[in-house]
Amino acid sequence: MTERTPILDILTHVFLILGILVTGFPIYVALVAATLTPEQVNGLPMPLFFGDQFLVNIQEAWSRADLGLQLFNSAVQAIGITVGKVAISIISAFAIVYFDFRFKMTAFWIIFMSLMLPIEVRIVPTYEVAANALTPFLWLGELLRLDDLASWITGEKVRFDIKVSLLNSYAGLIFPLIASATATFLFRQFFMTIPNEMTEAAKIDGAGPMRFLLDILLPLSRTNIAALCVILFIYGWNQYLWPLLVTTDPSYSTVVIGIAKLMPQPEAVPEWNLAMTAALIAMAPPVLVVVFLQRLFVRGLVESEK
Amino acid sequence: MRRVTFDGHWLPYLLLFPQLLILVWFFFWPAGQALYQAFTLSSPFGGYAEWVGFENFVDMVTQPEYHKAIRVTVVFSLATTALSLGLGLLFALFADRVLRATDFYRTLLIWPYAVAPAIAGALWSFTLDPHSGVVAFALKQLFNWGWNPELSSFDAMVLVVFAAAWKQVAYNFVFFLAGLQSIPRAVIESAAMDGAGPLRRVRDIILPLLSPTTFFLVVLNIVYAFFDTFGIIHVTTGGGPGDATTILVYKVFQDGFIGLDLSASAAQSIILMIVVMGLTIFQFRFLERRVHYAD
Repeated sequence: MTERTPILDILTHVFLILGILVTGFPIYVALVAATLTPEQVNGLPMPLFFGDQFLVNIQEAWSRADLGLQLFNSAVQAIGITVGKVAISIISAFAIVYFDFRFKMTAFWIIFMSLMLPIEVRIVPTYEVAANALTPFLWLGELLRLDDLASWITGEKVRFDIKVSLLNSYAGLIFPLIASATATFLFRQFFMTIPNEMTEAAKIDGAGPMRFLLDILLPLSRTNIAALCVILFIYGWNQYLWPLLVTTDPSYSTVVIGIAKLMPQPEAVPEWNLAMTAALIAMAPPVLVVVFLQRLFVRGLVESEK
Repeated sequence: MRRVTFDGHWLPYLLLFPQLLILVWFFFWPAGQALYQAFTLSSPFGGYAEWVGFENFVDMVTQPEYHKAIRVTVVFSLATTALSLGLGLLFALFADRVLRATDFYRTLLIWPYAVAPAIAGALWSFTLDPHSGVVAFALKQLFNWGWNPELSSFDAMVLVVFAAAWKQVAYNFVFFLAGLQSIPRAVIESAAMDGAGPLRRVRDIILPLLSPTTFFLVVLNIVYAFFDTFGIIHVTTGGGPGDATTILVYKVFQDGFIGLDLSASAAQSIILMIVVMGLTIFQFRFLERRVHYAD
């Protein structure tokens, strides 16, 4: 720094270490609880040093909450959302930046408007669409009197009443969440910085648009894609409201939902040791991603909010 | 400057199709439905919905429960934003001072960002559990304070604010640190040569130069407190005791899925959409200005 301030330097370290300890305190308590027996956890006060029940608790929590399956479901959801969002937004941004077409601005505004419709403000109707994915088409059919038309053609009474439910399926966990205005804008911004000369050179060499996308744009976007993947993986893994609504069948439940179900219920002896063991297991994958891919993570975080 | 473009009559439409399909299907159609439900009253036994104009909105905004939810949301968002912004800034100011160890401290401070809100809720529920939690025990022994978020509205609010702010400190820290690192060293050094001590430099130089970052973070933190904290509330207090921690988003969920009152839930959804629109427009207008600031 600019001047020698030994006292302030020591204070700085003391304060930062204090911050780390306070931040880490809930994790420490959870780790301790994960190594204790139920009697010890509910004792007053709970011991503040590690016990020897860690493996027992892991085994118990694993079988009780079916963690193996739930971790798999979470991984499918997180990876599905990440790959889906990246793929969809790259091709949308490519279309918007590299083509001139009539409804370009319309498309751009539709994507922009979706920023103002987070899932939390349209919970009930979105759930209804997931419960029967064909709702919009049935409505369209009714509007166009397709059933009357069909009745007239076939000479019999026809009613269209088909149901395709996305509840309790991987498609239901993933598809409604993979549209992304933020990612589209991120790639659009990035594509705009690629010099025109590069596109011209590719065109002169005879590359078509798809060739240009695959062989030039994608390799150039590698770092951006990687940084975005880190952020989106965390986003996908940590989803709560949507999986809570669309998975009633425990075999499609994600691990974050599973933890909520292990939380102590009123009128029952709390099993905090199991709840905390499972919570630690459930948060491990995204936390490890942040710690080990820190530079990509920070880059992705800062870029995706621009 | 004009971009060089490709020819392709149907290709751009094909490329945009997946995104637009999902947006229309899962965003705009449900939003339209919410709008429709907000202006109609459907009979619980099926049949046609009756057009009622603004009646659902009037019912909603005159309800004492709704006023309570607004107050709770305001208190919760302000407390969460103030706490997480303040701590994030403090940590960033200190971490920026220790040049060699910045990466080390950053690693140990940013990981809570990766914890799901629902899991953060579970961790804090246990840490601050009134029966066997260590904090409750210490408060009882040291100050004879009967901490109990299951009974006390104040304690419940403290619990959800802690859990929400804990997760968000990491986020603010990353942005403040990036902001601090982009302030030219020469500015700081010349102030030091003119005799400004560390505190004076923070107050008169660093904070004013950070203000674009701060404004931007205030908006994002309010959006976070409004919309991304559903999991925390659902796992820790379930909106209780009573409705002491029922924020607006939680009330939409409660009225829609537990109360099964579609019209009331839809009217609230529409009000929230207007809030998001306001915040988004504010954020974009502000970002426009930030570009000028940087020039």
